[in-house]
Amino acid sequence: MMGEWEASFGMLQSSAIWLYILKGTLFTVIISAIAVILGVVFGSILALVRNYCHSPKYRIFRWAAITYIEVFRNTPLLLWIFICVVFCPVPDLFAHRMFGLTTVETTLLFKACIALILFTSSVIAEIVRGGLNSVPAGQFEAAASQGFNTVQTMVYIILPQAYRNVVPTLLSQIITTIKDSSYLANVATIELMSRVRQILSTANIYNGTGNINVSDVFVLYGCAAAIYFIINFALSLIVRRINAQRKKAASTYRIVKA
Amino acid sequence: MATLVSLDAWLKVWLYKSTFLLGFLTTLETAVFAVLLSLCLGLIFGLMSTSGRMLLQGIARVYVEFIQNTPLLLQICFLYYAMSFSGHSIGIITSGIISIGVYHGAYMAEVIRAGIQSIPRGQFEASYSQGFNYMGTMYYIILPQSIKIILPPMVNQVVNLIKNTSCLYIIGGSDLISITYSFVTGANTGGAHGPAYLVTGVLFFIICFPLSMLASTWENNLKKRERMTFTKAAAKPQEEA
Repeated sequence: MMGEWEASFGMLQSSAIWLYILKGTLFTVIISAIAVILGVVFGSILALVRNYCHSPKYRIFRWAAITYIEVFRNTPLLLWIFICVVFCPVPDLFAHRMFGLTTVETTLLFKACIALILFTSSVIAEIVRGGLNSVPAGQFEAAASQGFNTVQTMVYIILPQAYRNVVPTLLSQIITTIKDSSYLANVATIELMSRVRQILSTANIYNGTGNINVSDVFVLYGCAAAIYFIINFALSLIVRRINAQRKKAASTYRIVKA
Repeated sequence: MATLVSLDAWLKVWLYKSTFLLGFLTTLETAVFAVLLSLCLGLIFGLMSTSGRMLLQGIARVYVEFIQNTPLLLQICFLYYAMSFSGHSIGIITSGIISIGVYHGAYMAEVIRAGIQSIPRGQFEASYSQGFNYMGTMYYIILPQSIKIILPPMVNQVVNLIKNTSCLYIIGGSDLISITYSFVTGANTGGAHGPAYLVTGVLFFIICFPLSMLASTWENNLKKRERMTFTKAAAKPQEEA
């Protein structure tokens, strides 16, 4: 029994396995960061269209945005990953070897990333919309009275305040996206979760005992859980700090006002 | 995309409609039991984290932090493989129910904690001074006031839970997503990607959409009512969305 545990921990002493896991971690972080950044861009457009395209001429865009957001919010990510793996076209730019990955891996990674970006942007659209709704209506009137046109009002007055309001929620969305990116393991892309699964399925070769033991499951998944936990917990501490600062600022503001 | 308009592919899906229905029922069954489990865990840990006792709060904190900061997929794989490699296999659906329930239990606990903490401290003191015990305070005084704050995010969690039943795929489950995938890749049934994914998407949508609509309507009504009772004296800082 003890021998099995020693064999499992022995696996972690191999630097090749560590490098493999750490590269997977790096890919997880990069994928999530790309998904959130592009998600903020698309999500903001969706949120602006859903919130402010009221004129009859542009109403169709509003309905398109609503449909997009609601469809993606109410269906599972895995479904979109499967759909993108089959239907998503891959531009030539991504369809060759890079970052030490084979062509198959890069195309799969590209497709899975598109699914994650599409899904994340629908969630972020709702977050940004919450931020837009929290900007008081007086801000629009003030901007209009100062001679700003619609685009200027949005870019200089409304969006900065809206983003400022939703920074903590967006940061928590990064945590969610890092967790969601583990769904890419289902189509065997190269992020942390799928790499750990690959190591587990061949653990009998690496641990030297000839078969896969319970201890391997504990050691490998424990390792992955620790990596995820460290990244996400650090982020959630930042979120909590920002929230605490804002609460403090708001209460001092109230005292000053009173 | 071409399969979307192919009659042949649609006929294939129609022929195997009982398979889809079976997957749908498995998903619903998993979701219902997982919701029940997560409600129980959420209630227990939510009450623990508002109990004011250091030890209980610490346990609840560790549970919530650990579960919320690791992916569900990792938890379900861990539970399933740990059980099956140690020779006590508990089955795919049971592992799914337990891990999904535990995962969303952490979120439910946070929702319930936030709901209870939104009630002013004086309500507890007033209730104790009237001779209510802990259970009585919670049941008659705190719960009726906090339920309207708790319900919308709770329903959102249920929607997320239903979507997250798709994680059963990784351990080889027979829920809707997994069945769809084996349908479109199967030897006899393969190829009908468009219609099969559309049907699956629609099935998820008709369950999740009414629930999330309900949640957002409640939330908006609540906000509207709050705005109506908004007075300068009770002015609260603007809440994050």
